[in-house]
Parts: sequence; structure tokens; C-alpha cells
Amino acid sequence: MTTTHLGMPTVRPKPEREPEDPLRWGPTFAEAAHGTLQDAQLRTNLRRATRTIRDKRLAVTAELPDWEALRDAGAATKADVMARLPELLEQLEASVTARGGTVHWARDAAEANRVVTDLVRAAGATEVVKVKSMATQEIGLNEHLEAHGVTAHETDLAELIVQLAGDRPSHILVPAIHRNRDEIREVFASRMADAPPDLTNDPRALAMAARAHLRELFLRADVAVSGANLAVAETGTVAVVESEGNGRMCLTLPRVLITVMGIEKVLPSFTDLEVFLQLLPRSSTGERMNPYTTMWSGVTPGDGPQEFHLVLLDNGRTRALADDVGRQALHCIRCSACLNVCPVYERTGGHAYGSVYPGPIGAILTPQLLGVGSPGSPDSPGTAPDPHDPAATLPFASTLCGACYDACPVRIDIPTALVHLRERALHPVDGDGRAVGRPTATGLAMRVAALVLSSGRRLGAVSSLVGLAGRVLRGRRLRHLPFPGSRWTLGRDAPPLPTTTFRAWARRRGERS
Amino acid sequence: MRIAVFATCLVDGLFPQAAVATVRLLERLGHDVVVPRGQACCGQVHVNSGYPREAAPVVRNHVRTFWPVVEGEWDAVVAPSGSCVGSTRHQQARVARQVGDEGLARAATAVAERTYELSELLVDVLGVTDVGAWFPHTVTYHPTCHALRMLRVGDRPERLLRAVAGLELVDLPDADQCCGFGGTFALKNADTSTAMVADKADCVVATGADVVTAGDWSCLMNIDGALSRRGAPVRAAHLAEILASTRDDPWRPPGSAPGRRGRAGTGRPGRPGGRSAARTGGPR
Repeated sequence: MTTTHLGMPTVRPKPEREPEDPLRWGPTFAEAAHGTLQDAQLRTNLRRATRTIRDKRLAVTAELPDWEALRDAGAATKADVMARLPELLEQLEASVTARGGTVHWARDAAEANRVVTDLVRAAGATEVVKVKSMATQEIGLNEHLEAHGVTAHETDLAELIVQLAGDRPSHILVPAIHRNRDEIREVFASRMADAPPDLTNDPRALAMAARAHLRELFLRADVAVSGANLAVAETGTVAVVESEGNGRMCLTLPRVLITVMGIEKVLPSFTDLEVFLQLLPRSSTGERMNPYTTMWSGVTPGDGPQEFHLVLLDNGRTRALADDVGRQALHCIRCSACLNVCPVYERTGGHAYGSVYPGPIGAILTPQLLGVGSPGSPDSPGTAPDPHDPAATLPFASTLCGACYDACPVRIDIPTALVHLRERALHPVDGDGRAVGRPTATGLAMRVAALVLSSGRRLGAVSSLVGLAGRVLRGRRLRHLPFPGSRWTLGRDAPPLPTTTFRAWARRRGERS
Repeated sequence: MRIAVFATCLVDGLFPQAAVATVRLLERLGHDVVVPRGQACCGQVHVNSGYPREAAPVVRNHVRTFWPVVEGEWDAVVAPSGSCVGSTRHQQARVARQVGDEGLARAATAVAERTYELSELLVDVLGVTDVGAWFPHTVTYHPTCHALRMLRVGDRPERLLRAVAGLELVDLPDADQCCGFGGTFALKNADTSTAMVADKADCVVATGADVVTAGDWSCLMNIDGALSRRGAPVRAAHLAEILASTRDDPWRPPGSAPGRRGRAGTGRPGRPGGRSAARTGGPR
């Protein structure tokens, strides 16, 4: 991208280069993390922010006597939705159409982008206002519109910061979590043409500057583009849950409203909102109820948008649905609680994940949306494991500590899904389920290890070598090991080695007794 | 009770003192302890590395070795590891089903139902919290992730520690935060792992404790490695080692002068002792 310096050269986009694919950019997780871990400011910002949200969430979930039952209800509803997704989507289409909306089906990002761009053009618009939306980020809609002469203005405060800075979002809910307020002041001062000249880093001053800037856009725009938190099949009602009210402006003022929604967001009935409107705000912002919940069903003559288009996006979701373990990733309601409790995310930040979906949920969602290791189709056969595919490294970006599973409002068993996807990433199969790809050195090592670890006698023989080394080292600890142990001794000493194994001790004892 | 010890592969080879302590502790409490010879590994390393099919023979060996507990030959199986017990409960049957061995899956479940992490065995099965231990040190306890979130051992380890004579238990700040070990994560994502364990080591040092303990030597190896690298004077000891320590037979930190028990920490697990009724080497 071209960068225009306006006298404030300190605002540098994060990451530095414009990603080509919103779901797969940058190097492998380990390489990217190596870079982001050096950013002390980033780690301080993240530590403070994630811990604040974490504590708020714990307070508002602990106060509900039926929180665990709500989680069960949320999980059960989502499992039901996935079990009869085609039927519910057709019902949703019929309900939306009956109420004057138009439904479009998009198999992938390219189709969705084409549909939205054509609709904007048909409305005669050259700019759109946008409600914060993960689905439109996932398909790279803003960039696509830009290439076709349409300017997309993000109106969520944090998305505005990210857009002005030329950044990628680093968090699902708080996309500018990697920036502190000094940095935000600089972004506004240097990149927002109508920013007041005496802008300070006071949160209120920053919010008021953004407010003035956005108000102009809301009143001018003829077309709005949004995502959706959920849609009710029974009534055709679509809902957006937000804090600022900027979404409400977009959803009510412009003449034309285009909503891009992942197909997994459908819910059977209106009463399901009871569960999800409790689970979502408490898990995401740590609030009992979010300030703005906007719901609309089709169009209402003389009130709100007079043209409503719902674009139903697949983009890898039905492929994820085909995986009985991995499909729970589709239960996600994008609350980001798992990011806020993740010790890995807290250190590396969202950009290390190289996807608009970072953190634990991103580590299981991104590879599935991309079809990493999944059965290939006739036109795109499965491929051999590629250690340099950043998306294939994501399932390994976890210690399996389980904090995400405990925090998830719909009980997605992320650790189990991670382990399952590790296998899939390493053992891709073709359309008939046959393994593709060549044996790897690690695979061979694993087979040898299995041989050793499946027999007490063989393990005993190998372990006795440790005792031998222990007798040589006599309690000294090694500070440098050869590869791959060198990865361990990067910041840790090796343990002092024992001079005998437990098994040898037990045997000797047994013989004497 | 007659109790079989599953040492786990890591403890067997690298930290025998924890399994020795488990044996001594249970014998002191009056139980018969068996160490089945065929034991090796639970299979977790393979499963978590993305090789569950390769884990199948490992699981098969484990289930075969500990099957006598299902037949009533032993009353329980105990392991000084929350992580490995978690694997027997949550991974082994899955591995078996993945390779189409429903019989093995059912057998694995049956063995797992009778397999306990040490603090579970003591508090829930044997019904003791005061095991008569003596450990004159200031101790801080790190609840390992799998014991905390997979097994939900809760405050059992702390209850056991509080009952130890001479022991002063001090709270670890951010105790529930992962230490960054994660098995192969420590190697594959070494930078992130190192950053995580550095924070954990900071918290341990901040407590002013002489000893950091946990129910898993895997996590403890990570924390201890980071403490050793920075030259911190804090020693690591497994929960079993603390509970096994008595006035007559006290715990000795690695590197200290050999005592009556030998240099337990550096390896020589010491002389055979305890009840001669204990049988070693279970039926194959």
C-alpha cells in the first residue's frame, strides 16, 4: 500500500505489509510470534487489556446462578443448528423474502464480494458505511470494494482506528487492542483529516473526534454494509449486538442495507435469543447487557432501510461441518472470551495468527475454513503437509491448557479440536480418505517412539541410557542441548539427570524383598 | 488397599524420585504397592503431537499392563501426574476407536475409571488429608492445567499440603496461568513457551518460597528449568516428594549431601525400604 506521511511518521501499520488473504498471511505462527514477542509495548497493552476484560467477564458470569445451564443450552442449540443447517437456512430465506428482503447465496469470498459490489453499484453509490463485522473482514470486502471504486468507511471506533492506521485487526471484539491511547491519538492526528488540531490522548477527546468524523458519514451514506450476530429462521429477524450505537446508525439511516452473514449464525426460533443475548454480552465485553441490540425483519415501508439484502456466506463452512470433531468451531458466537483468557494470545498478540480470526478459536476455525488437510475435491486435491503453511501451524499454537474451553459460552472443546486438527494438518487425505503426501522425518521418529513406548522392556532399555548419562554428569545441569533440545535450553536449563530409573529401583527392590 | 503405581514415562526415566516417593508414601499409609513391569506410557505424547494412530500400540500396552485392576487384583492405579491420568480418561478410548478397536476402547475406559491422580487417590479414595508428613520449608503450589481443568482436582493438593507439619504454604500469584510447557509446544513454539515460563518463574520468585511444587514433573521441569537458568534459589519438588518426607526420612533437594536415602533429587532413589509385603512387578 502507499503510505502518505502527514508529519507523524510514528504511526506504522501493523503488520507492515498488506496481507493478500485475510485468512492466511504472514509466516508460520512460531516465526510470527518470534517477532511480536519482541514488542514490549504490545505485550504491556495486551496484558492490561485482556486481564481487565477477563476480570469483568468472571464477575458477570459468576453472578448468574444458571450460567452453566445457559452454556449447556447454548451448546445444545448450536449442535441442533449444525445438525439441520440446510433446512434452517431455507426457512430463513423464506422468512426474509416474505418480509421484503432479498437473500443471496455465496459459496466463497469471491462470490460474496461480487454480490455486494454489484448491489452497491446498482444503488449508485461510491461509498458505504460499515458496521463492525468479522464476515466482511474474512472475505476482504473493503479491499475488494476499494479496487472497484467504492470507499468503505469502518464506523466501529476500534475498526476505524485499525482502518486509519493501515493495520490488521488483532482481536475479534477489540480489533485495536494492540494500540494504546497515545498511539490512537497519533493515528487520528495524522490520518483523520477532520481531527481537531489540539487533540489529546484523553479517551473522551478521542471518542468525540471520532464521533464528529463519523456523524458526517452516517448522514451522507446511501448504503450500509453489516455482518450479523444471529438470524432467526422462524421470523427472518437479523440482529446486530454492539456497544457504541454506530452500528445502529448504519442499520437505520441509509436507504440500502447489505448484510453478510456466515451460514452458521442462523438460530431456529426467536426464543433462542433469550439464551444468546445473555451469553454473548457477558462473555464478550463482560457486561450484563450490551447497550445496543438492533433487530430487523425484512423491510418496513417508511421506516429504516427500504432495501435489504442478506448475503449467506459459506466460504469453507460446509467443509468444516463435514468434520464431526472440528465442526464445533462453527458454534462460535465471536465473543472472544477465549482470546482474553489465552496465555499464548496474551503474549503473542493477534497478528501472530496471520488470520482475521486469532486466538484459540482462530487456531481451530482458520485451518478448517481453508481446508487444511481436508479431503480434496476433483478440482482441488488434498495436498501434502506443508510445514510453511501458516494456517497448518495454528493448531500447534497452544499448550492445551484448557482455559479457552472453560471460558467458552457455548462449550466448544477447543483443546480436543486442536489435537484433532494437528492430526489433520499432518495427515492430509484425498477425496476418498486415502492419505496423501510422503512420510516425514517426524512421522518416522513418532513410529520409533511408539515402538519404545509400547513396551516396558524397550522403554527400560532406552531409559537406562539416561541413567548412564546421569552417572557421567553427576547432577550437573546442561545449559545447552543439541537441536531440538536447543529449543528447550533457549530459556531453561535441562533437568539434572538421575543415575537410575524408577523401574530399575523397583526391580532391585522386588528382588531383595 | 492394593495399589498399582503408574510412574509415567517421564518420571520413570527423568524424575524417579517422584515415583519412589509415591511408593514410600502409600506404604507408610499401610497399603500394598505394586509396580507392574510392563508399564511404559499413556500415549499422550503421540496424541498431542498429531499422531493418534501411532499412539494405539502405546495405549494397548498401557491397558494390558493395568488390566488386573479391572479384574480386581488391585484396588486402584495411581500416577504422580494429572496430565497422564487426564490422557487415560479423555484420550485413550478415543485413540482406540480411531483405529477401530472398540474392545480396546471399552477396556481403556474400564482401566481409566480405576486410575487416579495422587491427590485424588489420597483424598477421595483413601480419605486422608494428613499423611503424617514433615517438610520444614516455605512452599508455593502451582496447579497444573490438566489437574486443574481436566481432572478438576480443586483444592485437594492444597489440603494435603496444609496438613504437612513444618510446611508453610504461600499463595502463588496468577497460579491458574499455564507455565508454558505444553509438551512439544515447548519446542515447536519455544519463544512463546519461554515467555510464558519467565512470567511463571517471576511469580514463583515473588512468593519468597524455598520450594515450588506441583502434581506433574512435566510442568515442574519447565518451571524448574527457568528458575535454574536465572540462578534463583527456589527448588522444585513433586507433591509426592513433599508428602513422602518425614522427620526420619526427610526430603533432600537435588545436589545436597547424600543422606540416609541417598541423593534422591539427582537420581539415586535410595535404598529399598518399607514393607516387605510390597510386591514389585505385577502380572504380565
